[in-house]
Amino acid sequence: MWTKQALSACKLAYKSVNYNTIVTGASTRGLATAAGSASPRFKTFKIYRWNPDTPSEKPFLQEFKVDLNECGPMVLDALLKIKNEQDPTLTFRRSCREGICGSCAMNIGGRNTLACLCKIDQNESKQLKIYPLPHMYIVKDLVPDLTNFYKQYKSIKPYLHRDKFPEDGKEILQSIEDRKKLDGLYECILCACCSTSCPSYWWNNEEYLGPAVLMQAYRWLADSRDTANDMRKTMLNNSMSLYRCHTIMNCTRTCPKGLNPGKAIAHIKSSLAFN
Amino acid sequence: MVRKLCGLQRDVVHLYRSCIRVAHTKPVQSRPHFIEFARSEFSKNRDVPRKDFNTIEYLLRTGKRRLETYSSSEVKNIFGRKL
Repeated sequence: MWTKQALSACKLAYKSVNYNTIVTGASTRGLATAAGSASPRFKTFKIYRWNPDTPSEKPFLQEFKVDLNECGPMVLDALLKIKNEQDPTLTFRRSCREGICGSCAMNIGGRNTLACLCKIDQNESKQLKIYPLPHMYIVKDLVPDLTNFYKQYKSIKPYLHRDKFPEDGKEILQSIEDRKKLDGLYECILCACCSTSCPSYWWNNEEYLGPAVLMQAYRWLADSRDTANDMRKTMLNNSMSLYRCHTIMNCTRTCPKGLNPGKAIAHIKSSLAFN
Repeated sequence: MVRKLCGLQRDVVHLYRSCIRVAHTKPVQSRPHFIEFARSEFSKNRDVPRKDFNTIEYLLRTGKRRLETYSSSEVKNIFGRKL
């Protein structure tokens, strides 16, 4: 006969065994290299915090300790883990977790990048600092105000301008060479990493359009199907919109998608010069 | 003598005045609601220190954004949160 106590003890033991298997399973799945290491590896994350509900409180860096054995490989995994387990008030944008939406752009370890594409440095003795995109107004914690950025994107009219469309009502055809000109331009996800890394954009973000928007301007200038080239060029031909670019090239260095906005801007400049 | 206002103070007064001006473009019966709302929103932050520039600038920015929203002609009436 089982006594009640023995039964509950047995249940407990079963539970703990079950729990152990789950935990080890998760750790091996999360990080293949650290198989078998049972001791937790705590890494310190210092994250910028600011709450708009108490605007008179100064922004500060908050420390969080995350066990790397229990955490996925990317910075976004760590942020989600902190939000789930330690502080649900931590605020940041995220959506696709695979570098195609551009929501999780932030300044990680001094470099603008997407949290979902940035691997955590596995050296747990070093701490990692996470700030929002630099020189932007902050909505909360890691969320920057991108209103001005989107307004500028809207101002370049990023859509097809054309008077005549094919009479058969089908698509506008383009040669393979013409299509190739758009490679390296259309992949931009408008994460604003490049614009916010540009010192020129920091000082003149009202008038200067910034590398991300200028690259999109060039994407429509280079498109063989678009016929509003003159309109687009006259729009850019002033001292502020385009010529605040001093080829600092921070944009190209920081782009998480490996694109080259600096080169696109150079193409616009040369096409304006030889007009 | 009227005390001379500094730049930031002038911005705040300007924002308040434009709030009242927007209220007068609204339907007559809801005008008092808009004025009441603007007054209550301003008085919420009445005790921000005069030298706390960052906070005042932040509040001005959000205030301008909200004014933009409320000044659209689709907004006919407004009800503030009672504290």
